Amino acid sequence: MKPIQSKEEYQTYVDQKTPNSPIIKNCFNAFWVGGLICALGQIIFYFCQMRGMDETNSYTVVSMLLVFASAFLTALNIFNKIGKFAGAGSLIPITGFANSIVSPAMEYKSEGYVMGVGAKMFTVAGPVLVYGISTSILVGLIYILFNTQSLILV
Amino acid sequence: MDWFMIFKAFIVGGIICIIGQVLIDKTKLTPARILVTYVTLGAILGGLGWYKYLIDFAGCGATVPLTGFGNLLAKGAITEVESNGFIGAFTGGIKAAAGGIAAAIFFGYIASLVSKPKIKKQ
Repeated sequence: MKPIQSKEEYQTYVDQKTPNSPIIKNCFNAFWVGGLICALGQIIFYFCQMRGMDETNSYTVVSMLLVFASAFLTALNIFNKIGKFAGAGSLIPITGFANSIVSPAMEYKSEGYVMGVGAKMFTVAGPVLVYGISTSILVGLIYILFNTQSLILV
Repeated sequence: MDWFMIFKAFIVGGIICIIGQVLIDKTKLTPARILVTYVTLGAILGGLGWYKYLIDFAGCGATVPLTGFGNLLAKGAITEVESNGFIGAFTGGIKAAAGGIAAAIFFGYIASLVSKPKIKKQ
């Protein structure tokens, strides 16, 4: 083997030797777990429709049931196993949002119910709510400014 | 029950998760940043009125990922502005997403009450 001279050569050498990062496998797992959660949501949605709920309420029930399932599985320490396996597949659906609330709430229980559970719940969910809600207010204000149909490109 | 719609929800939801997985593996974004990005992106797309086409196409494949949560916030703000005027921009978003947020907080609290504090296994 010829000696490695330059930094670039070394980099290509390292790239050759490092095993292919498992990104394909990760993506595949994320795909089918995430897809399955969404498909499950769609099935719940149809059950709600069968019971005569309107579309908005049905979507809300879907979110609530998935959140409940995620909280339940997190409490049983099952969700973090799914999370390790599926990565973004369980993080990106609303189950991940629920998990990000439940998991620190459980973990920081020992620090008390107010500053432990109550405060640490929002370590990840807090930023999500801050940016989500702020953006929605901006959207509302912009909509007032351009109170025409031009912004809503329908 | 529309099985093709369930299939479309599976595919679209899966693809949205793949994008998240690529962000996790290829960038140094933390999961929290990715979630924030998704919600903000969903709210912007919802504000532009584009996200509802994805919902029409894929149903829960579009509403269950966090982009759908962002879209719900933005759509709620717009709907409330239309019915209540200025104040609606502030009340609409949370009102529309209240079910999910309240459920997450409540169930999270209950879960922490009933569970034993985790001892991390190596």
